[in-house]
Amino acid sequence: MASVSVRAERPRGLLRRPTATTGFWSWFTTVDHKKIGILYGITAFAFFIIGGSEALLIRLQLARPDQDILSASVYNEMFTMHGITMVFLVVMPLSAAFFNYLIPLMIGARDVAFPRLNAYSYWAFLFGGLFIYSSWFLGGAPNGGWFGYPPNATVDPSLGMTFYSLGLIITGIASTVSAVNLAVTVINMRAPGMTLFRMPVFIWMGLVVQLLLAFSLPIITIGLTEMFFDRRFGTHFFDPAAGGDPVLWQHLFWLFGHPEVYILILPAMGIVSEILPVFARKPLFGYQFVVFSGIAIGFIGFGVWAHHMFAVGLGPVANTAFGISTLIIAVPTGVKIFNWLGTLWRGDIRFTTPMLFSVGFIAMFVIGGLSGVTHAVVPSDYQQTDTYYIVAHFHYVLFGGAIFGLFGGIYYWWPKVFGRMLGERVGKLNFWLMLIGFNMTFGPMHILGLQGMPRRVQSYPESLGLSFWNLVSSIGAFLIAVSVLIFLVNAVASFRKPKEMEADPWDARTLEWTTTSPPPEYNFDEVPVVHSLDELWHRKYSQTQGGRVVPVPAGGSGEAHGGGHAGGHGIHMPGPSYFPLIAALGLPIAAYGLIFNWWLVGAGMVPVLAGFYGWILEPSAE
Amino acid sequence: MEIHAQESEHLATSTGLPNIKLAMWLFLASDCMLFGALISTYVLYRGASVVGPYPNDVFDIPYTSVSSFVLLASSLTMVLALAALQRGDVGRSRVWLLATALLGMTFVGGQVYEFTTFAHEELTLTTNLFSTSFYVLTGFHGTHVAIGILMLLTLLMFSFSGRLGPEKAETVEMVGLYWHFVDIVWIVIFTVIYLIPTGNPA
Repeated sequence: MASVSVRAERPRGLLRRPTATTGFWSWFTTVDHKKIGILYGITAFAFFIIGGSEALLIRLQLARPDQDILSASVYNEMFTMHGITMVFLVVMPLSAAFFNYLIPLMIGARDVAFPRLNAYSYWAFLFGGLFIYSSWFLGGAPNGGWFGYPPNATVDPSLGMTFYSLGLIITGIASTVSAVNLAVTVINMRAPGMTLFRMPVFIWMGLVVQLLLAFSLPIITIGLTEMFFDRRFGTHFFDPAAGGDPVLWQHLFWLFGHPEVYILILPAMGIVSEILPVFARKPLFGYQFVVFSGIAIGFIGFGVWAHHMFAVGLGPVANTAFGISTLIIAVPTGVKIFNWLGTLWRGDIRFTTPMLFSVGFIAMFVIGGLSGVTHAVVPSDYQQTDTYYIVAHFHYVLFGGAIFGLFGGIYYWWPKVFGRMLGERVGKLNFWLMLIGFNMTFGPMHILGLQGMPRRVQSYPESLGLSFWNLVSSIGAFLIAVSVLIFLVNAVASFRKPKEMEADPWDARTLEWTTTSPPPEYNFDEVPVVHSLDELWHRKYSQTQGGRVVPVPAGGSGEAHGGGHAGGHGIHMPGPSYFPLIAALGLPIAAYGLIFNWWLVGAGMVPVLAGFYGWILEPSAE
Repeated sequence: MEIHAQESEHLATSTGLPNIKLAMWLFLASDCMLFGALISTYVLYRGASVVGPYPNDVFDIPYTSVSSFVLLASSLTMVLALAALQRGDVGRSRVWLLATALLGMTFVGGQVYEFTTFAHEELTLTTNLFSTSFYVLTGFHGTHVAIGILMLLTLLMFSFSGRLGPEKAETVEMVGLYWHFVDIVWIVIFTVIYLIPTGNPA
């Protein structure tokens, strides 16, 4: 067995391992979960601006009756891309930004379980998004709605829906890889003492979301694969003439699509569950109930998909069953609402900007939730389906819910991430303008929908009497745009302040506030030891026998040590790497090949294979 | 990654499983949903083709049974490869890894031959609903096997360059988990497609 001998020198990789952890180019090779989180955030926000601009064009077209600013075919592309962008390229990656940045910090870990895989997820997401957007220049953007119902989506002669199917498969790969990575991080890498029921609610919601992603994305991946085969190779999956069933797509799509709704909203629920206790200066009311409600939502979320299909004709038994399961899932959601209200009740409330967004989240989400319950009633849904009432509903849960929650999170964690506070006065202006603009935009859509205005129509005649509320809605949309501009001004202005944020500016409760702002690359000088839920709070305060909360005396059991980090020597963090970027780069190249030229598929596989082999052979540090 | 392996050994804040193994199980669970959706498609479209050839016209069940047996046998050799490496017997582990890869290649080769035969009998990807759902499902599985073979050959390459000693048994175990999963899925697919009879439409 002579050949068994282990080689004396370290195995060499394909490329020298990069070493820079600062500077422009370090962002391309970073494997630091915090930098990757920031990359996710910036990218998602850029897509937010693009998707928002598409929404403005839609509202411009609908502002007055009988307009022709966008042609009917461009209008189709516009609302399809708006939907795809906001769901897959904004809310999902913006949530991923929070999960990436915060999960290791909040559980007291130094990084995620697989740092390079984490970078791979980001690059695959970015390239998937750019791939979908490149369709505007390469044969037309997707135009069959974000739900892509066949046969319309499979027989359409433009290349748009082919880009849709392949692009969403790429972003799906990114999300699945990230889901496995983050789930393992939460399950396996918590700091000593942090048992499952000492985890912050945000971490619980993060875990539920990762599991939802891991189990729902494969279903749509197969649907998209079948759609791609139908479009590219002429197979018959959704071809009624050959005996295929377009309704199969609807089942596959919504079996993913409804868990997806919770993938979009649970992160915001987690964020709000962190913000409310801090600014009400009370522990979260009924922590266990909030956690178990989140888990229940995750499970039941897989059993309600056909409420998107009541009008398809599944029959009264199926419709009734899914109507009932939909009513049931409203229960754990309602439980959470009451827990949040209970947290606010008799709290010592500080109305900071993150708090305003959180309270706004609760109010708007209640409206969206209630209109959602009306869809569970099948006969009522027959009237509402495919009208603007539905558009109003899901914008109240996904904008009034998810986006408000995410904005609250941005204001709350900004000082931790960038070491500077966002302006509070400007922030409040941002909030109120967004709240007013939001309600002006989507409130009237309830009325329009009940008046019978169908979704996805490019124009409407004046005689229908829909003009007034459409105009109000369009004005509201531009108010939202102004509020987003104000946020951008606030963000830019914050970087003109000196970078001197203390560790715990909000008097917060969780572990990420025990380290410096921004945290060092290795997160914590010493891995924290956790003794309770709301660990940081219990380090700072204790209760007298009378139940009064008093600060722990200085030098007590453990103040937040925010100033400087003398430690950190000898903590080896994984080195940066080129290979995640290289391996991800092959995906869109191969996808272009599947559409245009077989040779490109081979060309795409080169970086994929080179990336992964380089990855395996890469020495841990150089 | 190494630092975390040690940090995660504290009581009750970790499963005690290595991260990579937990990740592999999660990935395989996720992969189950991929196959689940494809198998559901096949089952839903069973007997729904409006033109032939139909399954009974083309299937050679004894032939496919033999190639299925070959694939199942490869699970045994995979187990033997891991056991050999864990014992420190690198030479044997190479033999069994090679055997596993060869059995896998025999299976994929058999599948290619089967597809070619069907194509000669006028059953191509776009012929009818049966061919569409059959080729995509079995082709998807075949791709999984091919990726497994690639991983096995990579392990062999590492072994011959002295990088796959007993300390790397966990890596072989991970490839083994994937390999067994692909085998088990084939049992389901084989049963659903070949063993459960589908009558020709009247």
